[in-house]
Amino acid sequence: MFTQQLMNGITVGGIYALIALGYTMVYGILKIVNFAHGDVFMMGMFLGMFFTQALGMHYLIAFPLAAAATAFVGICIERIAYRPIRVADKLAVLISALGVSIFLQNFAMLVWGTETHTFNSGIKVQTFRLGSVTLSNIQIGVIVLCCVLMVVLYLVVNKTKIGVAMRATSHSIVSAKLMGINTDKIISFTFGVGSVLACVAGILVGIYYDAVYPTIGYSYGLKAFAAAILGGIGSIPGAMLGGFVIGIVETFGAAYISSGYRDAFAFGILIIVLIFKPSGILGVKHVDKV
Amino acid sequence: MALLEIKDLQVKYGVIPALKGVSFSVEEGEAVALIGANGAGKTTTLHAISGIVKKAGGTITFGGQDITNKPAHEIVGLGISQVQEGRGIFSNLTVLENIRMGAYLRKDAKGIEEDMGRVYRMFPRLEERKSQVAGTLSGGEQQMLAIGRALMARPKVLLLDEPSMGLSPLIVETIFRTIKRLNKEEGMTILLVEQNAQMALYAARRTYIMETGEIVRSGLSKELKNDDAIRKSYLGL
Repeated sequence: MFTQQLMNGITVGGIYALIALGYTMVYGILKIVNFAHGDVFMMGMFLGMFFTQALGMHYLIAFPLAAAATAFVGICIERIAYRPIRVADKLAVLISALGVSIFLQNFAMLVWGTETHTFNSGIKVQTFRLGSVTLSNIQIGVIVLCCVLMVVLYLVVNKTKIGVAMRATSHSIVSAKLMGINTDKIISFTFGVGSVLACVAGILVGIYYDAVYPTIGYSYGLKAFAAAILGGIGSIPGAMLGGFVIGIVETFGAAYISSGYRDAFAFGILIIVLIFKPSGILGVKHVDKV
Repeated sequence: MALLEIKDLQVKYGVIPALKGVSFSVEEGEAVALIGANGAGKTTTLHAISGIVKKAGGTITFGGQDITNKPAHEIVGLGISQVQEGRGIFSNLTVLENIRMGAYLRKDAKGIEEDMGRVYRMFPRLEERKSQVAGTLSGGEQQMLAIGRALMARPKVLLLDEPSMGLSPLIVETIFRTIKRLNKEEGMTILLVEQNAQMALYAARRTYIMETGEIVRSGLSKELKNDDAIRKSYLGL
């Protein structure tokens, strides 16, 4: 039972982590919370479904296309909703984000209807037993893919030129500009990467739970946002850790105490951690020497 | 013609004018200082040249090219590098990563390596600490890093914003000796902004004095140094 629940927790935790990375990267660079990110996740899910079902593509072609399309959506959101008000009050950005969120949900309802769809990716679910633990090929796929993507992201951010430029931009946009960095491009890139990760999470949720509907981004977005805060918003390893912690805590809480309080466990742990460490588990307070 | 020519430059923050028509020029190979009190518009002038703030009027020409409305990253590409007030180093990056960011727009790997060697010769301390996170450096080391990083772009003009800020007198002297040597021995064109008038007058051939968004006086540094009014209000003598 314990190992089984742990595996279940890691699976949903990995998904939260993928979405949380989008929140934390955007926050790291622009110091804004992209509250439409949960709906980007939802769009990724629908686009994955659209390319496989409506256009009848093989998932190996459909999913990368969906990821590219979701990246485009994310980049457009920044361009249209955030860039024009970048110097404005943070409250304006928040309102703008909520507007985008409402727009995306209604867009999905208009195109795909309000009902719940099945995902039908063409991937067959196979379960097998390892001792007392039952795992599905999809669960293993989710865990492996989440880990691989996180390692790739870590390498991009820490070892590549554009990654260093991202970290430089997140420290100070003005200083980054003075290095000759086109910070608008870096910001677009960040939104693109975050959206690709959200799309992957969306597709994985679609395959795993086989249910797609326009308001699904709300609950996942909120949990992932909690994960980003829990880990320390702005911190990439923090978002990963936060995702897994929330996933595991809510799964254990649901299994051992009461499944009705699943969300209460997720947000309860957030509240407890923030009381003792307001900057989050791996969050750091910036101390600059003057 | 001057390498950097600023004509009637105006900048507003909201409705408040920060620069009310500033004009000056910097010749190739020259070191020029802008001095004045807090809020005189010195930093705003540098930010305007680097393309960080919007201009309300006036023109900036660099090497005969109008750069008034160019975006900041293109201005760096043209050869204007700035060492920011408060140093502006990326404290979350290592010293080496900071230095590499200075060469962000360059593609010549060999030239970059050479210039890195040059920066390390100029500031050996940076080489010793290259894998350290830059936020752990002392203020003086951070200033060295900021200057070294700016040089990595191989600029034609180096803009320096208050390099003396927050540093001990001994370090200030070291930094200014380096600035003077850069100008005299390597022929680097320098535009220096300082509140420390004494150091500015030491390093620059010509000096402009700013007050509330305007240039109120200008002249050769050696002449200003002996001017009674200047000695009284800027040198405290």
